[in-house]
Amino acid sequence: MRGLKGRLAPYILILPGGLWLAIFFVVPTILLLSFSLMQGNEVDGYQLTWHWQNYTDSINQYHDQFVRSLYYGGAATVIGIVLSYPMAYWIAFKGGRHKNTYLFLVLLPFFVSFVLRTIAWQFLLGDNGIVVSTLKDLHLMSSDGHLLQTSLAVILGLTYNYLPFMVLPIYVALERVDHRVVEASYDLYASRIATFRKVIFPLSLPGVFAGVLMNFVPAASDYVNATILGGPSNTMIGNIIQTQFLQFRDYPTGAAMSAMLMAILLIGIFAYARALGTEDVLEAAAR
Amino acid sequence: MTTLTADTAPVVKPRKEKPRLGDRLLFFYTWAIIIWLCLPIGVMILFGFNNAPGTGRINYTWKGFTLRWYQHLFDDPALGDSIKASLIIAVVATIIATVLGTLIGLALGKYRFRGQGTVNLVQFAAISSPEIVMGTSLVALFVQLGTGFGYATIIIAHVMFSLSFVAVTVRSRVLTLDPALDEAARDLGAGPFSTFRLVTLPMIMPGVIAGALLAFALSIDDFIITNFTAGKISTFPLWIWATQKNGVPPTVNVMGTIIFAVGLVFAGISALTARRRDV
Repeated sequence: MRGLKGRLAPYILILPGGLWLAIFFVVPTILLLSFSLMQGNEVDGYQLTWHWQNYTDSINQYHDQFVRSLYYGGAATVIGIVLSYPMAYWIAFKGGRHKNTYLFLVLLPFFVSFVLRTIAWQFLLGDNGIVVSTLKDLHLMSSDGHLLQTSLAVILGLTYNYLPFMVLPIYVALERVDHRVVEASYDLYASRIATFRKVIFPLSLPGVFAGVLMNFVPAASDYVNATILGGPSNTMIGNIIQTQFLQFRDYPTGAAMSAMLMAILLIGIFAYARALGTEDVLEAAAR
Repeated sequence: MTTLTADTAPVVKPRKEKPRLGDRLLFFYTWAIIIWLCLPIGVMILFGFNNAPGTGRINYTWKGFTLRWYQHLFDDPALGDSIKASLIIAVVATIIATVLGTLIGLALGKYRFRGQGTVNLVQFAAISSPEIVMGTSLVALFVQLGTGFGYATIIIAHVMFSLSFVAVTVRSRVLTLDPALDEAARDLGAGPFSTFRLVTLPMIMPGVIAGALLAFALSIDDFIITNFTAGKISTFPLWIWATQKNGVPPTVNVMGTIIFAVGLVFAGISALTARRRDV
């Protein structure tokens, strides 16, 4: 009696939330895929005609935006690693009793709305803003130069907005490095550089991978930064999907692009998850 | 410069040495990044006090200090409405997501069962999926069902993307519990519900509260998924998005500053209560 109850208990606990995820996450994803092969419009309804042309059309028309999304997302992620790693290293090994204070400061931007943070950068990078005027005063920029509406501004915005998601997982991985292992390396006459290269860095890689995941996926599919900080020549695939869905209401074409974006990103994610074990990544992502 | 020569000496006990040059550079580097991270926050707060002319749409250069925007915060009723909508959605979505997520977290932390891998996988996918894909997928669902868009669709979406975060937070708390406590409660004659109410729930409470705060924060700041599922409803992020095309008035900065301050107070309270529990 108790055995049966005990065996059923986890399923009963999971049922309500599981149903929610099934109905509002799994089913919609399948519907998105089927939508991407439909034809029709809002008035006449949509029929599943296996219209693969939705895919070829959107690749032909918007391959620039696809490439740009991967480029901007990739650039923001790489810059993010370079900026975050030394900082996460210092907090983890030298932060002492102020570790939590530093982490709190890293998270501070999240207390301001994402859109508002991006608008603040628009303001800072504007032609009358302090960044451009300082660069011009120092003659590091020609007098007719701009920052806003350039790809540089979009990449900067993406890097900025997701940087805490890079610092945190790298910090968590470095924090977990057993100090005895590091001391053992010194005892075996490894130099500081060799210890970092052969002991600390490999042990921190799961954190870097988690950070890459948490930066690249949202950055490549973002359209807020491209809209606010970029110009007409910096649009990303997110901008196109958003326009198709919310302005033109051309759901099948939008769905095809969204499905392609998902395919590209999910293949990457699952390759990662496979290489590292899903639970590890989940845990790193949750911290 | 003496710190440099320390590098050539054999490393014995790194703990007892004076700070190395490299460490000092990293210290300044860390603070430089922190300042960079906080720069936009400072700008937001400062320009909420800017005496910009007229309706304040041209709020790009410093025109002197004023409290005008704080006094006239709700002159545009749309701002107040958007805050109200954001709060209603965040509260309802947080309650639902916390209950459902806590149950899943309990199941994943306490039991080993068939299908666990699938649950983990779906959650992992829900946490790491790009928001734009989840948003467009939900549009596909609601268009097919012909439901239209409004509060219900936004709340459904917010519960969907935040419940996995609650589940993971609660699960890691459950994993720290000693299963013997449950058994002890049963041995002392407590039924499954009183065991849960009197033993399990109080012990996982820090995890549940942390999960709920996370869900609330995710909901109140969500832009992309809300943008797709909102229809005519305007939450605070959507309202900023709509006004940004014609220049953002200082009242937006004021509202952002207030939300920032409230968030800090909440973070402070939760940090203090967490510390008290640990003692």
